[in-house]
Amino acid sequence: MSLPVRFDGDLADLPTHGFGPRSLTWWGIVGFMVVEGMFFALLFAAYFFILDKEQTWPPQPYAPPALLAGTVFTMLIVLTEIPNAVIKRAAERFDLRTVRKGLVVMSLLPLPLFVLRGFEFASLNVLWTDNAYGSIQWALLLTHTIHLITDWGDTAVLTALMFTEHGKEANRFVDTSENAAYWRFVWASWLIVYLLIYWVPRWLT
Amino acid sequence: MTRGLRGLGLTFALAGCHGTQSMTEGAGLQGVQFSNLFTLFSAVTGFFYLLVIVGLIGGLILRPRDDRAAVGEKAAGVGFLTWLGGVLLGLTALTVASYVADRNVAAATPAHPPLEVQVTGNQWWWDVTYRNADTGQELHTANELHLPVGVPVRLTLNSNDVIHSFWVPALGGKQDLIPGRTNIITLLPTRTGIYRGQCAEFCGAQHAHMAIDVTIEPRDAFRRWWAAGLAPAVPPTNPLAQAGYQFVMTRQCASCHTISGTPASGRVGPDLTHLASRRSIGAGTFPMTRGHLFAWVADPQGAKRGNQMPYVGLDADQLRAVVAYLEGLK
Amino acid sequence: MSEIARDGETLKGAELEERLTRTWSRAPGLWGWITTVDHKEIGRRYIWTAMTFMVLGGILAAVMRAQLARPESGLISADRYNQIFTMHGTTMMFLFAVPVMEAIAIYIIPLMVGTRNIAFPRLNAFSYWTYLFGALLLWVGFILNIGPDAGWFMYTPLSGPQFSPGKRTDIWAQMITFTEVAGIAVAVELTATILKFRAPGMSLGKMPLFVWAILVTSIMIILSLPSVALASAMLLSDRLIGTQFFNAFEHGDALLWQHLFWFFAHPEVYIIFLPATGFVSQIVETFTGRRVFAYPAMVLALVATGFLSFGVWVHHMFATGLPRLGYDFYTASSMAVAIPAAIQIFCWIATIWLGRPRFTVPFLYVIAFIVTFVIGGLSGVMVASVPMDLELHDTYFVVAHFHYVLIGGAVFPLLGAITYWFPKFSGRMLSEGLGKAAFWLVVVGFNVAFFPMHLTCMLGMPRRVYTYPANMGWNGLNLLSSLGAVVIWLGGLIFIANVFLALRRPRGAAANPWGGSSLEWATDSPPPPYNFAHQPIATGHTPLWDVTDVLPVMTGLRVDDREQLITTAIEAVPDIRYPSPEPTPWPLLSAIALAALFIGSIFTPWAVVIGTVPLAIGFIAWFWPKSPPSKEPVIE
Ligand code: HEA
Ligand code: HEA
Ligand code: HEC
Ligand code: CUA
Ligand SMILES: [Cu+2]
Repeated sequence: MSLPVRFDGDLADLPTHGFGPRSLTWWGIVGFMVVEGMFFALLFAAYFFILDKEQTWPPQPYAPPALLAGTVFTMLIVLTEIPNAVIKRAAERFDLRTVRKGLVVMSLLPLPLFVLRGFEFASLNVLWTDNAYGSIQWALLLTHTIHLITDWGDTAVLTALMFTEHGKEANRFVDTSENAAYWRFVWASWLIVYLLIYWVPRWLT
Repeated sequence: MTRGLRGLGLTFALAGCHGTQSMTEGAGLQGVQFSNLFTLFSAVTGFFYLLVIVGLIGGLILRPRDDRAAVGEKAAGVGFLTWLGGVLLGLTALTVASYVADRNVAAATPAHPPLEVQVTGNQWWWDVTYRNADTGQELHTANELHLPVGVPVRLTLNSNDVIHSFWVPALGGKQDLIPGRTNIITLLPTRTGIYRGQCAEFCGAQHAHMAIDVTIEPRDAFRRWWAAGLAPAVPPTNPLAQAGYQFVMTRQCASCHTISGTPASGRVGPDLTHLASRRSIGAGTFPMTRGHLFAWVADPQGAKRGNQMPYVGLDADQLRAVVAYLEGLK
Repeated sequence: MSEIARDGETLKGAELEERLTRTWSRAPGLWGWITTVDHKEIGRRYIWTAMTFMVLGGILAAVMRAQLARPESGLISADRYNQIFTMHGTTMMFLFAVPVMEAIAIYIIPLMVGTRNIAFPRLNAFSYWTYLFGALLLWVGFILNIGPDAGWFMYTPLSGPQFSPGKRTDIWAQMITFTEVAGIAVAVELTATILKFRAPGMSLGKMPLFVWAILVTSIMIILSLPSVALASAMLLSDRLIGTQFFNAFEHGDALLWQHLFWFFAHPEVYIIFLPATGFVSQIVETFTGRRVFAYPAMVLALVATGFLSFGVWVHHMFATGLPRLGYDFYTASSMAVAIPAAIQIFCWIATIWLGRPRFTVPFLYVIAFIVTFVIGGLSGVMVASVPMDLELHDTYFVVAHFHYVLIGGAVFPLLGAITYWFPKFSGRMLSEGLGKAAFWLVVVGFNVAFFPMHLTCMLGMPRRVYTYPANMGWNGLNLLSSLGAVVIWLGGLIFIANVFLALRRPRGAAANPWGGSSLEWATDSPPPPYNFAHQPIATGHTPLWDVTDVLPVMTGLRVDDREQLITTAIEAVPDIRYPSPEPTPWPLLSAIALAALFIGSIFTPWAVVIGTVPLAIGFIAWFWPKSPPSKEPVIE
């Protein structure tokens, strides 16, 4: 320090962790949620831009996507919020056992989701090469799938981590809580994507 | 100011055989509106620029005395509000002026003017069709426009490949030609003369060589031009030109170019029916002279490298014949 | 917890500094260089790289000006020229201007807010490598004659699969992806640093204006970069896997590209400009010895510019045939951007009036900034008017406009900022004499080069033409522009010489050579690895001027571990002690994996699938804690 200093308070008693906006992790996660949210928002805008030029949606002679797989997927992903909320609350109580159990559940639950997602691609009734409608439908579904896979990867790694001795560190509970918050973003964004992929083409045919 | 600008244009651009491309000509409604607006904008922005510079210099050389610091702060506050008010006023004036200019153009140009021209962009030339209810009266040409002075004309703009932009500075206004979309620009030429326009949107390798010649002429001259344009191509008279005719009809040329009244009816390249009456070759790349016709046909990839017309092997005799034929396409 | 070493009465002075150095230093040698997560080292690296690309972009400009000096010049072919202007625009915008602003922020912001490192330092290292790889991809492609050639905004369908076969455009689009990843990462780091790592007492309302500028800029990046990321992803998929987003014949639309691109690229120009206004504010403050006049108005102007910039992208598309109603709206909103600019210009001038200017090189650049930027701003107002723009669009008027705002508005402040912070970066002062020589050449040369372009435009010269006929009346003006460019380069060379000569001298710059007011001047030049031995406190807007002789600090951060103070977002009240990550090679390895994936995807879509595996390994290794759990709160 090149200036003489005057001691004016001590920080030693501050905690080393905090949840929510107090933590750095929260800001990082929110930052990336905004980035991805923007990406989705622009994708939605592109969807309507393309839609705007068409007489019917989907354009003739395509049929709207079949509903079954997507709808089951939607119900299931909304249900995952139950274990997710349990984990989040447990993390904030530093309840390691519940966190561990919940994380195992949350690492396994996406597996049936992936299977359903595979059926969803098959039920679009259009190929990405067919026309711009097909391209945007595939883009929506694929973008959300990437979203799903990355968060699933995160969760799996976190689960493994929580079973090691690092799981006892306070900041790992903060990470767990933020990971749960991110999952909410994953399923909430899906609800809009779901409407755009499956229902808007039904309303506008 | 407008006249000053025009003077500037003249000193620099002594209208060559290409016709002038200067914005200061004001040969069309939009061009005139632009000149007026430009004068207004220059005055307003120049005034504010002067204020900034005077303020800056003042701040750099004048020093407030220490005991006046508080006074200075207050004066700056007043100055700030005054400045803000002035800027708001200036911006409002400019916005309103733009709005008015825009409406003036809209008001002076009817939605369905008497003259309708279809302009289609190609890499790197312009396809031009003068529309008529009677398709037999439709006029095809390329890389040139003739417009009657004082008559509003509606250009329908399309593109066959990438985005181009129609821009004749003297007429004013600019509009893109976008594949899959149809754009409209309505022009009102106000002064006769010969002008040059140029594609304004980057469209690939030879974007630099995509000009269009514009002749604004009195109405009867325009009518004569149209009538002459409807006539089929002049048949070749001398043997050399006849040999050229044979060559053009039997070789690749005919599969790309249209010469009305002959079997040649390709649409890949510009219509050549009245080629020799045009002012330039290769969308403004060369002036229309015999030497340049030689150069073009002998080596289309010479100066306009990358354009869509391939090199067609001709020996010297064939070349001379073809040029003799083309020269006759008045 | 008494065994934990902390600074304070018992541990201060040389012993503290020695122990902090041990904790915060990186490993020596190449390994340390690769693994470092120190914001200063990475910031310096970023600055060097970005400036290198400016010189490369400048060399391309030299070639263009040589070609345009004469009509019908055969110096370079149309194909070369088109690659060169595309590379010039792309390099200057994506590889120089945006990164250099972020780079300086990476170096300065943590110091200015009084903390020890940037937030997410490993992400910071990762972002540098990603940026570097993207830049190299583009330039290696260019050298192999597969440089992009459809202009820096790559309009479809010219850039689409049909009209740009080959790999040129793919390389461009993938380079965009690289720089977007890097840019977004840095923006998130800077936002988090500014909101969570500010010195106690530095509430939002007391942040230096440069910090405000970077905060607004970072948020703008976060909101706008996804747009070009989406656009370039769509372009790539149109080209590589046959989607039809921009193909009008399969219900796509070429204009979709333009909307997405400009929704990013208009904010981008303010992403370049706002940090520059931050430089100007800091320099004006230091060299007039006075707080910038009307601080709240300045903050408001920054926020308003950021806000408005998202509503005007269409002013780049006036000629595409929009509904007339849109015209008026976009004219008005584009002009509204002039209001915050007018506020800023006034406040700086008022500060000069009220203070006592010292005519050092950084301050000279500020003067040049005002004189030239305002010309560019005013020509911007001209093209914001639809009837004006329909004549001026895509002519040399626009070229003049954006070089006046980019060079006058961003490069001049940047050169000033580099001179200003050079002692902090390197521990050495730049020569004032050489600095002034470079200054005059650059500024005079710039105006000689670019002012005539307003007139060439009047005579009808469109932009992006590789040559022009001799009889258009453009010859003299173009020659003048080219001569002016020569003068700029002379100035540029002197600037560079000044830097290298200074770097050969021994260190010796004082901690606060200019008498600056912000916290970066409270520590040594260059700063030690830990930045500040004790956590400084900000007592006011101008912390170093508010305290005369002693700097108030807080103690109690750990010395044996990299610990930083988190404060509350608004009031900057101390809240949490936070462990800052250690050096690691994984950001580099992950960046290599990412580069392999991106570059591979140009050749086969399967690269995306296969490339995910090494990438995932890289990320997992990066985030997996390697040291044993901390001694502090462990939950049983
Ligand atoms: C640092 C970068 C920067 C900055 C700050 C600006 C600032 C502005 N720009 Fe510029 N612009 C670019 C970079 C920038 N621009 C680039 C790179 C392009 C071209 C991209 C391409 O095509 O390749 C471009 C293109 C561009 C266009 C499209 C032109 C075309 O392609 O046809 C338009 C149109 O509205 C425009 C407008 C403006 C306006 C209104 C401002 C305003 O923010 C200016 C505000 C400032 C002032 C006005 C000066 C100070 C104010 C006063 C002194 C008060 C008094 C003033 C009045 C009362 C008028 N710009
Ligand atoms: C920050 C951005 C930035 C900067 C700094 C510059 C700097 C310069 N630019 Fe650039 N320019 C753009 C951004 C920028 N430009 C963009 C976005 C375009 C549009 C591209 C497109 O249409 O797609 C463009 C287009 C453009 C054109 C139009 C091309 C065309 O439409 O056909 C021209 C023509 O003169 C030009 C010239 C110059 C010159 C002479 C400089 C000089 O100021 C450069 C000076 C260089 C330096 C100061 C660097 C340091 C150099 C040295 C130290 C010297 C060493 C080298 C030698 C001795 C050779 N630029
Ligand atoms: C594959 C198609 C093709 C063939 C074959 C072809 N041309 Fe062309 N031609 C073009 C195109 C495309 C242009 C416009 C080039 C440009 O300006 O960019 C053109 C332009 C011209 C022009 C200039 C027209 C103008 O208005 O500027 C002339 C003259 C011409 N061709 C004559 C010929 C002759 C003679 C032949 C045969 C020897 C021939 N062309 C064969 C496609 C062709
Ligand atoms: Cu056509 Cu440029
Ligand atoms: Cu803009």
